[in-house]
Amino acid sequence: MSSFLAFTIFGLVSGAAYAIAASGLVLTYSTTRVFNIAHGALGMLLSFVFWDFSVRQGMPTLLALFLVLFVVAPAIGWFLQRFVARGLGDAPVSVSLVVTVAILVATLGLAQQVWPPEARSVQPFFAGTSYEMFGFFITAHQILTIVLSLVVAVGLYVLLNRTRIGTAMRASVDNPELLKLFGGQPERVAALSWAIGTSLAALAGVLLVSTVGLDYFALLLLVINAFAAAILGRLQNLPLTFVGAMSLGLVTSYASGYLPTDGLLNSVRNVVPALFLFAVIVLMPQAQLRIGQVKGIVSAPLPSPFKALSWSGALLLGVALVAGALSEANLLLVGTAATYAIVMLSLVLLTGYGGHVSLAQITFVGVGALAYIKIDSPNLGGLLLAGLVAAGVGALVALPVIRLTGLYLALATLAFAVIMDRMIFQADFAFGFNGSLSAERLSILGYQVDSTAGYVWVMAVFFVLMGLALLVVRAGPLGRMLVALRDSPAACGTLGLDQRWFRVGLFAASAGMAGIAGALYAGLRGTVGAAEFQFFGSFTLLLLAVVFGVTSVTGAALGGVGLMMLPVLQADYPGIAGLFFVVIAVGAILLARDPNGLANQLFRLGRLLDRRFGNRIRERIPVLPVPGGSLGGMREQARAEHDANAAADHSLTTVGLGAGGGAATTSGPDQGPAENKEPAGV
Amino acid sequence: MSSLAETFAGSHRASGSHDGPLLEVDHVVVQFGGVTAVNEACFTADPGTVTGLIGPNGAGKTTCFNVISGLQKPTRGTVRFQGKDVSSTPVHRRSKRGMGRTFQRLEAFGSLSVRDNVKVAADIHRGVLKGFLPGGHGKNIDALLERVGIAAYADERADSIPTGTARLLELARCLAGDPKLLLLDEPSSGLDETETDAFGDLLRDLAAEGRAILMVEHDMDLVMAVCDVIHVLDFGSIIASGDPATIRRDPAVQKAYLGYSDEDDADAHTVTDLPAVSDDTMVIPAAREGVGS
Repeated sequence: MSSFLAFTIFGLVSGAAYAIAASGLVLTYSTTRVFNIAHGALGMLLSFVFWDFSVRQGMPTLLALFLVLFVVAPAIGWFLQRFVARGLGDAPVSVSLVVTVAILVATLGLAQQVWPPEARSVQPFFAGTSYEMFGFFITAHQILTIVLSLVVAVGLYVLLNRTRIGTAMRASVDNPELLKLFGGQPERVAALSWAIGTSLAALAGVLLVSTVGLDYFALLLLVINAFAAAILGRLQNLPLTFVGAMSLGLVTSYASGYLPTDGLLNSVRNVVPALFLFAVIVLMPQAQLRIGQVKGIVSAPLPSPFKALSWSGALLLGVALVAGALSEANLLLVGTAATYAIVMLSLVLLTGYGGHVSLAQITFVGVGALAYIKIDSPNLGGLLLAGLVAAGVGALVALPVIRLTGLYLALATLAFAVIMDRMIFQADFAFGFNGSLSAERLSILGYQVDSTAGYVWVMAVFFVLMGLALLVVRAGPLGRMLVALRDSPAACGTLGLDQRWFRVGLFAASAGMAGIAGALYAGLRGTVGAAEFQFFGSFTLLLLAVVFGVTSVTGAALGGVGLMMLPVLQADYPGIAGLFFVVIAVGAILLARDPNGLANQLFRLGRLLDRRFGNRIRERIPVLPVPGGSLGGMREQARAEHDANAAADHSLTTVGLGAGGGAATTSGPDQGPAENKEPAGV
Repeated sequence: MSSLAETFAGSHRASGSHDGPLLEVDHVVVQFGGVTAVNEACFTADPGTVTGLIGPNGAGKTTCFNVISGLQKPTRGTVRFQGKDVSSTPVHRRSKRGMGRTFQRLEAFGSLSVRDNVKVAADIHRGVLKGFLPGGHGKNIDALLERVGIAAYADERADSIPTGTARLLELARCLAGDPKLLLLDEPSSGLDETETDAFGDLLRDLAAEGRAILMVEHDMDLVMAVCDVIHVLDFGSIIASGDPATIRRDPAVQKAYLGYSDEDDADAHTVTDLPAVSDDTMVIPAAREGVGS
């Protein structure tokens, strides 16, 4: 009985800390419509700052706390709102989520950069002081946590309901434009709410850090608890948010107290918040279709079939040539790049064409790899089955949230990724705890591809085939429907499209593509383990996809190479490993509003070069085809046609998959620095 | 494909197999928080007729449309289509049964070309799975664009065309699904006088094919010229119904529109004298107080 009471108290204490974090999340979301997925990461960063002030620099605890809560945290919050998140409230969720994921990754990178991994500990407040209650001890820190959560609750209530600025905050939820008309300053209100929100994240982090420990990921994951609580309050209702936080705290505490310590149920305790989040999302009421036109997004131009095919050929030829000359270790890197490139293709479909965000794409890769190994028939049939299993799992994730849109779908995938990462992948029936499984290489029509070089080429073939398939889909009726659905869900509905099933299908197809990538990856590596499919990988994947261009096949190819290079570079320059994350994140923030990414810049460059030098080159080498022209064209006629094209800025014919050649050539030079290195991914 | 051909053949005259009106809005109430946007609204729309829904901005016209098309759940009341209660039928299924609508705030597919906008609609109408098959409806699409009068814009991106054209595009997109009931939300705003005249003729043609047309419109000349029946909404309630001549003389309408109901002055200030308010700008004060003050 007394142990039950102890668990209850402990649950209420952690619930109080979750409540503080969650109310910060609710405050920022309800005033600016930006769901800050980096909320927990900011709490993590600020806990490190607190450690730095109080332990490393030896400041008095109270001074350190004051500086963190009232100077550093508000400054960061203000900065983020002012320079990063401004104007995101009206952006499609695929933009605002990418930006906050970028903040998350940047925060993590920054923390790792400034405070490299080492043993650190933070003492609880009033360490050693505790009081006896009902036969057991409650520490002063625990009492403080509960008291502070009440202070925050009352403080927020007073702020929102009894002050001018609070009224402005509530008004800006309803209509920021109107607020401006009446002399309010929505921007100032937004900055203030981000400042307060970040402070609350810091407070929650600092209160929890003595129990959780100064760990980058453990603190980062705390955000899931906050999400779950906040979503129970519909991201608006503060009292409900507190109820959600407290019940989550209790459930987590009882789970850790009463669940058996062996078997699958043991690991459930790691994922209680994620399960809670999933449950809360499923219980959300039906979302209304959004009315109000989203401005059409400029999509990357579709290449002509000739262009696409010739660049595909060039890519395959390039890989074949390069593969023959590379060491085994570097071949594995090229294969990894091919894997990532295929996963990025799945994001082109889901995010680039469909406008949805998945935070579990790497998890689907893991599902595909696991299925491929378990099915244990390393041929095309087994590969297809692995893809289908991943697609089925993808559909299962999307189905419960079929009634909801954008943000909630993304959060459901995050919960799913954490559940798989912390529970399923590590289970005995999967990869096992710290374990790995061995996989055989694929055999195609009876011929087993044993050599790594040959296998890498086969992977390139798969990339090309899937890329071409995507282009065909995009150019056809289905692709038009995808774009239409992204531009105006309401109009699609009134034209008779049942978008719920359409969305499930889209999600499943994307997961299936990622699954095939995973199956191929398992065959490439020979042995794979759970560590290769951690949820965090999906964040960097998403960011790099956006940086390199999530709307084009070329972007996927470049992004695959980029993501492969990330750990290689981090291993080469361990001193600035964290900075790489920051650079990627900043790139994603800068490019998030233009999802065509760097690939589009390459297309532009290609167009420019073609206009400058195209004619001269074609005069020298008459067999070269005119861009977009037919193969049999006469040179004179071709030149005239080309001039016409240039004059009319005929983008469709001169751009397209053009930079696919860029992918082929970049994969060449990129091997340079890695030439003599062990692959970092092993 | 065949359905698009029917668009021009006018196949609807004999299709109403049930008795009573095609669309029946029955005591519909919509409340947002404490605000009653639509209050006990009752009206019908019949095949072959053009029904106008007018009233000052904020009177609840678009909300009515949202309720009819399924984008908004009514707090109370029912919507019947072809005699069947569709109040809880999802949006897409109402469309399959023969409802089509356009939007006051444009909902064109901005990153597609005008032609592709209509193609998508035709594909959706054929069914998503059949949408995989290459479509053979190219000619019909162009004929449809021609009919609505926007063929010149066929290859332009839908977010780059003028507002009036985009509204016609939304109409063309609807027609690709060959609806029995057309809900048009301020279809003529953004059109010039000549275009509006042509649009009026088009509306009469569409009605003559046997379609029921329900139209929210601020251009009183157009409303008076093409509507068979007009319902006037004010603060969510229907304050008057009848043919154009009746509505023009109705004192309650005068009051709602002009802010007073002096019978003597009514002839001098017929409803047609109102400024043709356009688009979704804030015209409530102008419409309500402009003349009265």
